[in-house]
Amino acid sequence: MSEENSSGKDFRKNVRRKSLKSFAWFFLFIIFCVAGWKWLMHQPEEAGALKPLRTAMDANEKIFSGVFSDSHLEPTYPKTSAVTRVRVNGNYGMKSDLDTAAWKLLVVRNADITPIADTVEISLEEIKKLPKTEVVFNFKCIEGWSQVTWWGGVKFSDFAEHFHLGTKSGNAPDKNNKDDLFKYAGLRTPDGEYYVGIDMPSIMHPQTILCYEMNGRPLPMNQGAPLRLIIPVKYGVKHLKRIGTLFFSDSPPPDYWYEQGYDYYAGL
Amino acid sequence: MKRIEKKHPLAIRWFHWINFPVLFVMIYSGLLIYWANDVYTIQAGQKIFFKFFPDGFYKALTIPFRLAQGMALHFFFMWIFFLNGLAYVIYTAVSGEWKYLLPGRRALKEAWQVLLHDLYLSKKKPPLRKYNAAQQIAYTGIIIMGIGSILTGLAVYKPTQLYWLTKILGGYEWARGEHFILTIGYVLFFCVHILQVVRTGWNNFRAIVTGWEVVDEMKEEETILVDGIREKVSKQAE
Repeated sequence: MSEENSSGKDFRKNVRRKSLKSFAWFFLFIIFCVAGWKWLMHQPEEAGALKPLRTAMDANEKIFSGVFSDSHLEPTYPKTSAVTRVRVNGNYGMKSDLDTAAWKLLVVRNADITPIADTVEISLEEIKKLPKTEVVFNFKCIEGWSQVTWWGGVKFSDFAEHFHLGTKSGNAPDKNNKDDLFKYAGLRTPDGEYYVGIDMPSIMHPQTILCYEMNGRPLPMNQGAPLRLIIPVKYGVKHLKRIGTLFFSDSPPPDYWYEQGYDYYAGL
Repeated sequence: MKRIEKKHPLAIRWFHWINFPVLFVMIYSGLLIYWANDVYTIQAGQKIFFKFFPDGFYKALTIPFRLAQGMALHFFFMWIFFLNGLAYVIYTAVSGEWKYLLPGRRALKEAWQVLLHDLYLSKKKPPLRKYNAAQQIAYTGIIIMGIGSILTGLAVYKPTQLYWLTKILGGYEWARGEHFILTIGYVLFFCVHILQVVRTGWNNFRAIVTGWEVVDEMKEEETILVDGIREKVSKQAE
């Protein structure tokens, strides 16, 4: 009887000892998690995002731009599927008046040379002379909503080809000579209030257009007349309305929402 | 006589406890994202029964106007969530743990009995196995849900590059809805899980931390005996 009691005692002791050891580890793990979270939340910010998260976003960009393919197309719809009441979301860079008749697109062929010298001005008429491309696709806002919309304009790659833009040599872009292509294109509204940066593969994607029509009619002012970007491989924030300046660079151009803590790439 | 018996391997305890805070961050950052377009409701016709989510809920959790941070957190912790889940699946497959986890052919019937027992509607005790059929279904189901979250998440994250995946899932809007429903599923799973842990008691909870359980051989035999007699009686009655 006493033997059993003592072995019972030993057993309980053993259980307690083993438990304590495991639970010590368990509480260490909890402390590690809490401390890790606190550490993360107290990191300095880089472009509006906590630095480790910014690093992660940039790494994600590398991964997902690495698997980006021109042959992956955003699904398109028949024109009858397009909504008639197209959502207007934000008017950054469009608060001032604009003389659309006098408007010309300013293109900086090489923004990496200072002072900026090599520029071209292109009128809407010249742009409209190029073959028209239409795209009906599900426009996706970074907020989470989407809408099937119908846009018309000039394929950006056709535009670059015609005006010999986006290359360091000044020749038309050549798919087999990627070193000649700039890494980025930057766009700005005429007042400079809104601006986006876009990687070259995305802006040269076959569905990216310089858009001057919506639902088969001239682009309305609140949708970015006279010319806006439609780039189905990106969230809506990159579809800059009322383009004033287009420039090419090897370094990432400033980006409005990137500075507010969003991902630079914003690719879909 | 009481003895100590091994229950959960160290690897599975790690996977379990890493998943807990990571899933928590995924759900929280998911809420930060969802807030920016919070369109889901439970409704019949025009009558709205519940809106996901009421303003007070957002305010209490300081959710409004944090979309950028939500996305940044979500697309960082998604890697940990994914890798931890993948490691768990590979581990269970290689170690043979899957044998305890996968439901068998008669799982549905047994799970029904477990459910009746747990709702105090039946006195027949669940079988003495590592996991009863209800647990097997739940723990296998949660892995399928995890795979579902990754697939629907990818379909929303890269709908152009993975257009075929988005299409299979019913398009962009549907994929977003499915991703949301799965998350509600985790919350429901969590509630039942916690309830069951509380009901089952300390010995069971301790095992997911320490890896072992105290088994009382006397009671074990008794249970088997009582169940055996009960089965005999019920068979004779037939």
